[in-house]
Amino acid sequence: MQKITCDVLVIGAGPAGLAASIAAKQEGAEKVLIVERDESIGGILQQCIHPGFGLSYFEEELTGPEYYARFADKALELGVEVLLNTMVLDIGDTGVVCMSSKDGLSIIEAGSVVLAMGCRERTRFQLTIPGSRPSGVFTAGTAQRLMNRENAMVGRRVVILGSGDIGMIMARRITLEGAEVIAVVELNDYLAGLTRNKVQCLDDFEIPLLMKHTVTDIKGKKRVESVTVCEVDAENIPIPETAVEYPCDTLLLSVGLIPENELTHKAEIEISPITNGPVVNQYMQTSREDVFACGNVVHVNDLVDNVSLESERAGQCAAKYALGRLKKAEDVIQVQPGRNVRYICPQEIVNSGDGGEINLYFRVTSPEEKVRILVKTGDKVIVQKRALRVNPGEMEHIRFDAKEITSPDLTVEVMKEAI
Amino acid sequence: MEKIVICTVCPIGCNITVREENNELIIAGNQCKRGLTFATDEYLHPVRILTTTVKVHGGDQILVPVRSAEPLPKELLFSAMELIRELVVDAPVNRGDVLVNNILDTGIDIVATGEIKC
Repeated sequence: MQKITCDVLVIGAGPAGLAASIAAKQEGAEKVLIVERDESIGGILQQCIHPGFGLSYFEEELTGPEYYARFADKALELGVEVLLNTMVLDIGDTGVVCMSSKDGLSIIEAGSVVLAMGCRERTRFQLTIPGSRPSGVFTAGTAQRLMNRENAMVGRRVVILGSGDIGMIMARRITLEGAEVIAVVELNDYLAGLTRNKVQCLDDFEIPLLMKHTVTDIKGKKRVESVTVCEVDAENIPIPETAVEYPCDTLLLSVGLIPENELTHKAEIEISPITNGPVVNQYMQTSREDVFACGNVVHVNDLVDNVSLESERAGQCAAKYALGRLKKAEDVIQVQPGRNVRYICPQEIVNSGDGGEINLYFRVTSPEEKVRILVKTGDKVIVQKRALRVNPGEMEHIRFDAKEITSPDLTVEVMKEAI
Repeated sequence: MEKIVICTVCPIGCNITVREENNELIIAGNQCKRGLTFATDEYLHPVRILTTTVKVHGGDQILVPVRSAEPLPKELLFSAMELIRELVVDAPVNRGDVLVNNILDTGIDIVATGEIKC
């Protein structure tokens, strides 16, 4: 078995892993190694050929391939090493075990590890949609890969379930390629993805968006022949009398993403039941102090720009840890979600007493207008800001200095603005 | 005529109302200057960045992603797609290579956003 040593080991060469590796190098880690199971770097951005990336990070609008290329070029220029076609099997106490068909098993001894494995899509089977099992049912991301990298058209008449970003982006892509998108069907009464994608991908092409509807049946022998769409009631239960059968050959699913945490589970790292990702502190450090995490493996983001920023913090702190420069986590404060807050990331703050900027990302539970976002230490408000509109599909964030924390109770809440 | 434009400059997504009165545009509902420009352009002449793929001959991958270097007039997107769909280029392709010069006489090029090796 091959033995490799490095200062910082990053698992995954997508946007999170690339940003983390750059920051680790810049912090002074000598040997930074990325292990990637794909044959090339860039992760999912390789198939995200659409624009909309980099608006906040670079203040210009880039496509996915252009966005990751900037990080890839920088990482390689700084001397980050990459092992491609290699799969991590286990994060053990004595080293990280990985496998490649070329080198077989290797064991990597690292000063610290950064988890950057990203997420995967929910499938038909997780939704348990009844019906037959014909071909023509794809997750939106699979369709994206087929069309954008493998030059295969997915169908001619398409229904899309779920108003997630990838689904809406594929609605536009399919339309531009000359096929018909019959409708995008969304169970909730709010959009799962970003508003700008509804405008540029659906409204631009007059694609109907059916809110409070779902797919209740899939028919077809070899290939999908039709899907049945029903309106749902207040409890999201389909109303049978409203059923409409749409003849089509394809159903795409854009119904959510699941952080890919098999390795994290196996390493017995604490996982949040809400985000399905590891619990982290402001250093992006997990419950195992030599393991850090960033990007969609921690919580599903809607903007890669946020992933890059968060991953830089993970990479920087992982390097500090490997070099023995990261303070030990002693006084740990749990950040509590208050009114209309579903989750907050990081979930914990290490209060070292010397301050430092804290940037809390969070999602609301339900859409609301004209609100005030508050961070409270005990009963005292540390920081507040107004927002015209909050939506579960769009992540919010709020910053403050850790010096402001004076109580073990730290809460984030979204309050209706008094009129 | 009145038109509601959902601003896509940033994630806030303001609903901006654009109204034409005595040859003047009256714009309301934007929260920033960028929203003003966006709403004006969107009302007078909407444009979009077009992204798609181009077939590659003899490369390590069969498609290269491309974009319009600048946003194209919205009404030209489908005609541009028809042209780009017919195109096959030879590997290697470098990021930034111009694959279609001045598409549909817009003065805008279609450029590669990815890299394809031989």
